[in-house]
Amino acid sequence: MSQQPASAQNTNPAAAFDLECRNINKDFDGFKAVNNVSFNVPTGTFFSILGPSGCGKTTLLRMVAGFQTPSSGDLLIKGKSMIGVPPNKRPVSMVFQHLALFPMMDIAANVGFGLRQRGVPREDIAKRVETVLERVGLPGVGSRHISQLSGGQKQRVAIARCMVLEPDVLLLDEPLGALDLKLREHMKIELKKLQSEFGTTFVYITHDQSEALVMSDQIAVMNHGEFEQVGAARELYHEPKTAFVAGFVGEANSFTAKVDSINGDAATLVSDDGLNIKGHDASGNLQQGDKAKVYVRPESIRLATSADQLDNVENLNQGIIENILFNGANSHILLREEKSGGELNVAIPQTGQFRDLTRGDKVYIGWEAAQTRCYKES
Amino acid sequence: MNSVHSRLSLYLLFTPFLLWLALLIIIPHIFMFLVSISVKTGVREYVTGLGNYMVFFTEPLYWNTFARTAFMSISATFLTLLIGFPVAYYIAKLTRGRTKTTLFLMCLIPFWVSELVRTFGWMILLRETGIFSSFLQYIGLASEPIEFLYNDAAIMVGLVYTSMLFMVVPLVTTLDSLDDSLIEAGYDLGGNGITVLREIIIPHAMPGIVSGCIVVFMLSLGNYLTPILLGGKDSLWFTGLIYDQFITRFNWELGSAFGFLLLILSSTIVWAGLKLSGQSLTDTVGR
Repeated sequence: MSQQPASAQNTNPAAAFDLECRNINKDFDGFKAVNNVSFNVPTGTFFSILGPSGCGKTTLLRMVAGFQTPSSGDLLIKGKSMIGVPPNKRPVSMVFQHLALFPMMDIAANVGFGLRQRGVPREDIAKRVETVLERVGLPGVGSRHISQLSGGQKQRVAIARCMVLEPDVLLLDEPLGALDLKLREHMKIELKKLQSEFGTTFVYITHDQSEALVMSDQIAVMNHGEFEQVGAARELYHEPKTAFVAGFVGEANSFTAKVDSINGDAATLVSDDGLNIKGHDASGNLQQGDKAKVYVRPESIRLATSADQLDNVENLNQGIIENILFNGANSHILLREEKSGGELNVAIPQTGQFRDLTRGDKVYIGWEAAQTRCYKES
Repeated sequence: MNSVHSRLSLYLLFTPFLLWLALLIIIPHIFMFLVSISVKTGVREYVTGLGNYMVFFTEPLYWNTFARTAFMSISATFLTLLIGFPVAYYIAKLTRGRTKTTLFLMCLIPFWVSELVRTFGWMILLRETGIFSSFLQYIGLASEPIEFLYNDAAIMVGLVYTSMLFMVVPLVTTLDSLDDSLIEAGYDLGGNGITVLREIIIPHAMPGIVSGCIVVFMLSLGNYLTPILLGGKDSLWFTGLIYDQFITRFNWELGSAFGFLLLILSSTIVWAGLKLSGQSLTDTVGR
């Protein structure tokens, strides 16, 4: 899939894109780690590549950093091709998964490392290091040792070490992976803030969808070395283009079903366990008799204690509550649908209305056809 | 009751170690020191004094040999480091799995045979009628047999070869523990091969470098076989002088004094090396 506009063909030094990848491929002994990936990252945006482990996202990032060379394709930073340019000559910096701070140096020496390589005078280095440390909220820590910092502070030092070089693109390789949950939530917001403060283009790779959804302007969902969809967080959530994106981004109940009839975008299907489903043909190529994957988000399913509370939903069913997974605002019910016996995951709106539901209760569930996304199974 | 038991077992566990320490290290050194400060005045007549040590300082041959041994050992140590570091880096960082094990074993295999045999191997290669000399004559680069043995270069070759493993092993261990992403980060931030080596790899490998150097230096300084066999009778190695005093001249007093001087010399140089590199003994050899 290619999103590349025709105008990107001529190399323009004042290009609107900080990073452009054109038909990048990477083979490892016959295994295609990255398969014909093209994308553009506009200046000053936060771009995430989201995918399960082993999908090729790390390989892609390492190619941008210059640690690996693409088997074919072109890679441009600010309109200049980076093919054949070694990592130490590229205007990109990378925050490594385990940060890779140098334990043999103090913090000021760590942050000043890149400036020393450029031959910046010593007094200038000291000044710029202190400035950048202030900007990440760590003034005056220069003489401390790495081991004296907390996880979140180390993270900020790692970012400062890159930002002091004023790179065109900052690459981040799942840097929040090693942090505990609370700190990770905090650092998500912090990273987003730092990005808009510095105004630098960030390319962030992660397998954690909430990191990608919260922070990014644009997200590319990657699977088996290919980009499944590129778009803003809301787009991916509401209008996933492929079955993989529908299942990977956000939560979803999934069914395998057979198409009974089709009328424009509106499809009527019967699931393998016999549930009648009215849905929306998201892949746009469903035909009668096709096998399809159907996705319904737990939060799109409405709950009710009587049928007349659920008007104008196309799919109306009854179920018995099997389990309640209480998790505050993010609570769910696992229920067994009466007719088909299939299990469904339904979000509980925390308005107080459903506080007294218990196991064994019978409830009505309903969801709209537009929220039921069907994809042709290949 | 229980504490008596555990104490007893502790003593029992420590006994071999204490015996080893006392019988092989402490008692011989005390006796050697006592012998070294006894100056012979007549048949079976001794007085206590530093006369034996004075002999060392007044006889140029002795302290020249002493200085030469120290200098050659230090050179051998540096040369071993210079050759061993790239080898260790290659094994630790650029190879994986089976290749790594094979290369490591190849460093080890020469040590399965005795030092005598290994040194003899070098003699076969280097002597006047040896393989190198014959080969050079065969291809016409030399018109008559060349003697490669019995010079300082031959001693150096032997010393470096003998100690290589003791440099490579600690280096591979420390370089193995260096996270690859630190090296990548160094390049990513604009460093080149030299600066990454100087600022990241060497500081990280310092404990391994120092412990390797200490072991190699000690082995070279105290080596007897290699310098004598490859350097010949006039190799002027300090251990050779000690051997002469004890075995050839039956002058145990002077021999003991030399032995003590060698101990002081090696301790001083190791101490100076640690101070210069900013390392401590516990950080390097004690790991």
